[in-house]
Amino acid sequence: MAKKMHDTPMLDQLESGPWPSFVTGLKRMAEKNDMAVDLLGQLETSYRNTKGYWKGGTVGVFGYGGGVIPRFTELKENGKPVYPDAAEFHTLRIQPPAGMHYTSKLLRDMSTLWEKYGSGLIAFHGQSGDIMFQGCTTANVQPAFDELNEMGFDMGGAGPALRTSMSCVGAARCEMSCYDEARALRTVINNNLDDMHRPALPYKFKFKFSGCPNDCVNAIQRSDMATIGTWRDNIQVNEKLAKEYLATHGMDKLMTDVVGLCPTKALSVKKIGEVSKAEGMSSVAVNDTHALQIENHNCVRCMHCLNVMPGALLPGKDRGVSIMIGGKGVLKIGATMGTMVIPFMKLESDEDYEKLNELARNVLDFFAENALEHERTGEMIDRIGLVNFLDGIGLEVNPNMILEPRTNPYFRGDDWDEEVAKWNERQAG
Amino acid sequence: MAEMRQPIESGAPDPKPYMHPTMVKNYGKWVYHNHPKPGVLYHRAESGDEVWTVKAGTQRQMDGYTIRKLADIADQYAEGFVRFTTRSNIEYMVTDEKKVEPLIKALFDSGFPVGGTANSVSMIAHTQGFLHCDIPGTDASGAVKALMDDLYEEFIKCEMPNRVKLSTSCCEINCGGQADIAIIMQHTKPPKINHDLVANVCERPSVVARCPVAAIRPALVNGKPSLEVDEKKCICCGACYPPCPPMQINDPEHSKLAIWVGGKNSNARSRPTFHKLVASGLPNNAPRWPEVSEVVKKILGVYKADARPWERMADWIERIGWPGFFEKTGLPFTKYHIDDWKGHRHTLNASAHIRF
Repeated sequence: MAKKMHDTPMLDQLESGPWPSFVTGLKRMAEKNDMAVDLLGQLETSYRNTKGYWKGGTVGVFGYGGGVIPRFTELKENGKPVYPDAAEFHTLRIQPPAGMHYTSKLLRDMSTLWEKYGSGLIAFHGQSGDIMFQGCTTANVQPAFDELNEMGFDMGGAGPALRTSMSCVGAARCEMSCYDEARALRTVINNNLDDMHRPALPYKFKFKFSGCPNDCVNAIQRSDMATIGTWRDNIQVNEKLAKEYLATHGMDKLMTDVVGLCPTKALSVKKIGEVSKAEGMSSVAVNDTHALQIENHNCVRCMHCLNVMPGALLPGKDRGVSIMIGGKGVLKIGATMGTMVIPFMKLESDEDYEKLNELARNVLDFFAENALEHERTGEMIDRIGLVNFLDGIGLEVNPNMILEPRTNPYFRGDDWDEEVAKWNERQAG
Repeated sequence: MAEMRQPIESGAPDPKPYMHPTMVKNYGKWVYHNHPKPGVLYHRAESGDEVWTVKAGTQRQMDGYTIRKLADIADQYAEGFVRFTTRSNIEYMVTDEKKVEPLIKALFDSGFPVGGTANSVSMIAHTQGFLHCDIPGTDASGAVKALMDDLYEEFIKCEMPNRVKLSTSCCEINCGGQADIAIIMQHTKPPKINHDLVANVCERPSVVARCPVAAIRPALVNGKPSLEVDEKKCICCGACYPPCPPMQINDPEHSKLAIWVGGKNSNARSRPTFHKLVASGLPNNAPRWPEVSEVVKKILGVYKADARPWERMADWIERIGWPGFFEKTGLPFTKYHIDDWKGHRHTLNASAHIRF
């Protein structure tokens, strides 16, 4: 039995309505947990005064320099916390299994552990993908982490460091998956943990892994290095499912929702006898008379037709990934998306994964050496230009990196001929 | 002092021990999916193995009772395995179709709405707010709870033209991320500086360096080293506040909420897009932010009625044009909608393309 509850007239208004209520959850916790009682007290004060009352500090675990988000209350009277049992309310950021898979036992074990050492409040998950064990005293941070660590779980990232990563459900349950997302995540993250656990980068660095260009984990918008699944050969087709689509949806839907929305007009409907047999052209019969024709060389792998006709159209067999660099949020120059720097690399063999790992290390090293303090990779590229970044990483220019060539004459091109020779050499190679 | 335990630097765990065995068995070998009904996905593997996934909304911030309830449902009605989506929905995987309906019933009966698949309004990606953030202008969990109460029917049905993803953020840093509709704190006044504290709390050169418009400079105030803000230059972004808490940017009255639309993470059809400002100046009205709900519902209502199948918010606006968006939603268009940040001229209409 915990101490008496504080009145929370404002929070009480968040208990009605059909959506699950976190306030009801906090109140259940508060029945046996003084920290939750006082958390509700401080939260109600925040609602009443429209003001936050937490400040940061320095709390960590032995051997690591990050991963704990310290929170001390600033709500004090005469120097004493108004809500003393929630005066320290730190969070442990813990990396989840890649793809966020759990057994019921693991959920129960985590919950029991956190009721023993912390408030019992867990967020599945934070915006970077951490399991957030919220509400811990300074004294309990170390034993809580030790026990989680013994269970097979490790601290995530915080501050100017490599951050916890995310991958989509991918190969575990999605036919669009073009590589082993969980393996890629674990290869890149687990080989660079020193940069996560001992923050010494100019600023945060995030990797994210999406199995296809649907980009379900927002890798292009939200990560410094996005690994996006794609394929080089023809879209795979399944005639039975394509015919089922037409039988269910009709020719008008095929024309408007599939053909009509293809961004590069790579799709068309032809009489079966008139489909092209040229290289790069493929087709699938949708009924006895007509076929959907795909001009694969002009397909930009946007995923739309695959999304609309699942199973009937599938990624090709020659699969791999595109790499995009420099996605980030608002601060300081405004949000930027990742820029295409590697249009395609295979990701199947052990050597392929090792290449991805080397690329990741290379990008991290360049960032560590060249970014200014508090500068994200996207901002650094904004400052130094993409070509200097490519030079630093050792990547060759490619027209897939741009939407259009420059529109101004402001460049000094003394070595134009040499650059042309390089291009010709690569084309010949 | 006792010897300290060295951490085991194990990193991101292997998901296989926690993954449904049918998903482990068919890893990388799925060939088909469909959407039997709202909240349910069907996947089939090359081997012929089948998995039904039932998706339900949660409050993200979960107490032990909630977590155990979700685990109990996994054991009683599913096969003991779950996963979470990036938007904090929980997914139960079953290999027997007969388990789907009892599982759905158990989830609804326990207060977890089943939905969030395909053309629904999914759970809102959100931040920490008053509950745990050190710089929040508002709360996140509460705003999300209030809004999801209002959008409940849109979560459990799938009646939108395409999927709709929402986010909320408690300051302009926008940790909630890009979304079809994003609700983000927008400060309207420069920071109020507590000059007594700056010298002790803030590393002044790095605070100066954080300002996107170079409006902050070192100054001596009342004989103490402090900082001053050129209020004519200040864009009230709050970037100085995290490294220097004495530069209080949050204001109960003047920190407002803004609404942004048209963010799209997918490459489907058009390239990914960032969300754009459509409304601001909404009051930070805890505990249920009704003014925000009203604008969000208005935008969703017009989108639902006007967009064509498969058009995301961004695709729809691209087709009807921004004048059409403001006309159809009735939202006022102001000088603040016209960008003036670096590179802004690319956002202006450099054509004679006008719709009448």
